Amino acid sequence: MTNVIPLPTRRDEAWRYADLDALARVWGDVPQGPERITVAAGETLAKQIVLPVAMSGVSIVDLDVVIEAGATFALHLLATDADYGRMSVNVLLHEGAHFEMGGAILGNGEQTLEIVTQVNHAHPNATSNQVVRSVLAGHATGSFLGKVAVARHAQKTDASQSVKAMLLDRTATANAKPELEIYADDVKCAHGATVGELDKAALFYMAARGLPPQLARKLMLQAFIADAFVSLDDDVAREAIESRALAALEGLV
Amino acid sequence: MLTITNLHATIGGTEILKGLSLTINAGEIHAIMGPNGAGKSTLAYTLGGRPGYEVTDGTATFDGQDLLALEPHERAAAGLFLGFQYPVEIPGVSNLQFLRESLNAQRRARGEEPLSGAEFIRLAKEKAGLLKMDMDMLKRPVNVGFSGGEKKRNEMVQMGIIDPKLALLDETDSGLDIDALRIVGEGINTIMRKPDRAVLLITHYQRLLDLVKPDFVHVLAGGRIVRSGGAELALELEEQGYEAVA
Repeated sequence: MTNVIPLPTRRDEAWRYADLDALARVWGDVPQGPERITVAAGETLAKQIVLPVAMSGVSIVDLDVVIEAGATFALHLLATDADYGRMSVNVLLHEGAHFEMGGAILGNGEQTLEIVTQVNHAHPNATSNQVVRSVLAGHATGSFLGKVAVARHAQKTDASQSVKAMLLDRTATANAKPELEIYADDVKCAHGATVGELDKAALFYMAARGLPPQLARKLMLQAFIADAFVSLDDDVAREAIESRALAALEGLV
Repeated sequence: MLTITNLHATIGGTEILKGLSLTINAGEIHAIMGPNGAGKSTLAYTLGGRPGYEVTDGTATFDGQDLLALEPHERAAAGLFLGFQYPVEIPGVSNLQFLRESLNAQRRARGEEPLSGAEFIRLAKEKAGLLKMDMDMLKRPVNVGFSGGEKKRNEMVQMGIIDPKLALLDETDSGLDIDALRIVGEGINTIMRKPDRAVLLITHYQRLLDLVKPDFVHVLAGGRIVRSGGAELALELEEQGYEAVA
């Protein structure tokens, strides 16, 4: 099936940091429209998605999620194995619903990886929490664009975003763009974004105890990205996605 | 064990150590005292190999090896322990994981078998007990949320677990209350007061030296050792101040 949707441009905010040249090469082959997920009222669903490896080097995950009243959806994402990888999530929260998301972006070389979310608090009393951790080396670019939209009558919304990136080389790029659009007046929306480097004082402290630099960096980065998966309750599932992330980290340090 | 000869070191182009010489033999405890800015911490960091501390002249030989040619983690594996004046917080990495990885990295570097989880826990419990530190603190992230005194005590637990040949302790006594000071002092004696071990204590105060009796006391001023003596020199300093003595 050929994609009839026109190729996005950088003028489109959600595609601002995308690798559009890579996207153009596969645009005719990517599926049209997102995968739809509905979590029925009162239900709980957990899903972990590791960006699939594609022959073309371009890998796209596109989700459209509806979380019905009182339901919870926990989504954990790992973006690492692609030249250009994009994980895009659009969420609609009904009354009292909860969306929990943790994402890790681990890039090296010339990779461009991004997680793009839009969380729509369309009804009252819904909550959402998004945590994204990026580790970027070489000339990699990692981006998180997260929009939280709160409708006029969606009172008592509680939405938070925490975005942190660690640059291992000065040539790597991290983009963090938390965005809030609030029309209700009784809501709590928190967001924070930081971009940093590994603490040199901590690295020397660890070396002074005998840790070789590579192992010291790995321990610190492992702790850093663990924030993204700590909200995954199922131990087996968490260890599975964390071990994939750790394997990717090995290639960065 | 450690022979430092004519050591010159700079930070950001400014010379701080200006020809320091010092010999420490196995079984000895040395104390270095001196006014602020004399270069005491610079000496510790230079010997530890901290990036930014550049050796411009002189030598340091540790157990027959050229210490200054080794990377910081190799110096640790060779048996050098640096106790920090300001121990660093490492969020998300537990003390136990940190120490087990550190100890086993050292053991591998020396061609020894790494300790198993059970062996390591037994060792950690013993050393934490010696320093009267709660095992729960060892499960917490390294130094995160620790008080100044707890951080210093944690340094001593680490020293006990790592069991180095030579400990350079940079103002380990600062920030300790009287009880903690006694525990730390006894810890140093138990762990390091042995014929095949040695200690270099960097301190401002006599009170630690009452507990850990030094064999030699040196006064560091202007980047050099300006006077050396026995334990009585520390008392003289306490009474008369650096200016009178040095």
